[in-house]
Amino acid sequence: MSDNLIEFNNISKFFGSVIALKDVTMHIKRGQIMCLLGDNGAGKSTLIKTLSGVHKPDEGEIIVEGKKTVFDSPRDALDMGIATVYQDLALVSLMSVTRNFFMGREPMKGFGPFKTFDVKKANSIASERMGQIGIDVRDPSQAVGTMSGGERQCLAISRAIYFGAKVLILDEPTSALGVHQASVVLKYIVKAASSGLGVILITHNVHHAYPVGNSFTILNRGKSMGTFNKKDLSREKLLGMMAGGEELDKLEVELKEIDRIVKN
Amino acid sequence: MSTKSKSIQNKSSDERLRKVSKLKVLLNRPELGALGGSILVFIFFGIIAGDTGMFSAYGTINFLEVSANLGIIAVAAALLMIGGEFDLSVGSMIGFAGICIAIPAIYWGWPLWMSILFAFSMAVLVGYANGILVVRTGLPSFIVTLAMLFILRGATLAITRLITGRTQVPGLRVLVEDDPIAWIFSADAFKFVFTWLGSLGLIELRQDGTPLATGIPASVIWWIAMTLFATWLLMKTRYGNWIFASGGDKLGARNVGVPVGRVKISLFIGTAVAATIYACVQVLDAGSADTMRGFLKELEAIVAAVVGGCLLTGGYGSAIGAAFGALIFGTVSMGIYYTDVDTDWFKVFLGVMMLIAVIFNNYIRRRVTENK
Repeated sequence: MSDNLIEFNNISKFFGSVIALKDVTMHIKRGQIMCLLGDNGAGKSTLIKTLSGVHKPDEGEIIVEGKKTVFDSPRDALDMGIATVYQDLALVSLMSVTRNFFMGREPMKGFGPFKTFDVKKANSIASERMGQIGIDVRDPSQAVGTMSGGERQCLAISRAIYFGAKVLILDEPTSALGVHQASVVLKYIVKAASSGLGVILITHNVHHAYPVGNSFTILNRGKSMGTFNKKDLSREKLLGMMAGGEELDKLEVELKEIDRIVKN
Repeated sequence: MSTKSKSIQNKSSDERLRKVSKLKVLLNRPELGALGGSILVFIFFGIIAGDTGMFSAYGTINFLEVSANLGIIAVAAALLMIGGEFDLSVGSMIGFAGICIAIPAIYWGWPLWMSILFAFSMAVLVGYANGILVVRTGLPSFIVTLAMLFILRGATLAITRLITGRTQVPGLRVLVEDDPIAWIFSADAFKFVFTWLGSLGLIELRQDGTPLATGIPASVIWWIAMTLFATWLLMKTRYGNWIFASGGDKLGARNVGVPVGRVKISLFIGTAVAATIYACVQVLDAGSADTMRGFLKELEAIVAAVVGGCLLTGGYGSAIGAAFGALIFGTVSMGIYYTDVDTDWFKVFLGVMMLIAVIFNNYIRRRVTENK
């Protein structure tokens, strides 16, 4: 029980008469990757926003390291060590790697009104951190705009970890990436988890989720279809459980039917 | 992975770290264009007008003073532009600040220093109003400050005519003499150097033996000091990083905890205060306030900032660049009198220079953000 970093118990969220989430329960353990899967409109975004403190749940409770907690703002969640990396990554492409890494949390030196941004220290931390994940920051003062999509994603994740994240919520980190880039990012996510973080990986791509995930929660129309451990679940079954699965089967049958008619 | 991280630990032997020449590094700096432009302008006038007295002590002080006046507001405009906003009310603020100094001092009998402080507090108020309107409504600063341009200019005219019955308020010169703080905006610096150079016969003298150029004008000192301060802010402080972040990506910056609203409001206050410094220098130097003072200065400040490498979209630029932009402006606007060229052509030059600068900046931005 106590190895749960965070528990979300029976979370519900309503917008007026719309039931966006109903009785969603998830447990995230240290060092584990929990994949949150669901098609468009399944309630993934609402759930992320509830987890990261943007929305307050209308029902249910959030338990962080054994203590019941209410997030009043994203800042609260962040202070608890729950960091969310959104799809836009919160990176400024015209600014350097270092300036992005420390944006809003710049290391300072000096005292009183003469406190200055310690650029040297920031540069060395940024390139060291990026080096650890195998990304060669050719020059930490280069603009983020020169980096590839995967590198930017890793930068954003690495920044969240550096600033004390215990739980990482990653919103579609691989959706805009090519095969190679996606695998680099996924590798990094696995590495981050193995160092003791809990990771919630939100995606609609089963092929990205299945190899890295330890457990899988499937959302469909605002409800959780349950959380499954990897050993109880095959890739095909997982695909089938997402909303698209059934429909794809139906589509296949229909296509066969059309094929038969055309042939006759 | 392991070989890669090894090559990073041993940075000097990282085979993927391309050797970048000093020149290439320099090419990526925003102020490069303005620096190059300044050098070209000096070479041009050195050849065309080298023997006309443009580069004598007196001539130099003249064009430096014009550059400095513009530079004072251009540096603040550049910071605001890097922060992602414009301030079109700068010119009107100059006129408004001018009468905020002159009317209390002449008509209400306030000591000059008090009217100067009054003008600065009005500037903070106007800047705050601009900032809070832009931040709260989310409207483009172009529109909000355009409205403020008309409001301030109109109010300046109406108030001045109401109180004085005229559009000019003269008579300040006598008050400057024994005021405790007016010298900050009006005194010449390094007078002794000029007297000494004059006594050696190295610079031109008046008929009474005093040098023609009496010292470095206060505006030049303000210009240099403000440029250095703004550069320090941008490069070396947390606030500087917030300025870049606010202009580069408002939402992203906010998501990681940058107080974007506060940064922008303070930058608007900065441009209004810079306009007031400009007004102090001008009003105390001329000894009178004019309701039309500062007319069109907001556009000149934007030209200087853009020529200095600021992107209109924010997030990129430099204060030193804006200072050089102002230097080009001042040098050409004065230098043109020393040539045979009709001064009407100055505005043509200004427009062409701005176009070249924008095209060049666009190219630089692509270099910075897209070279893989």
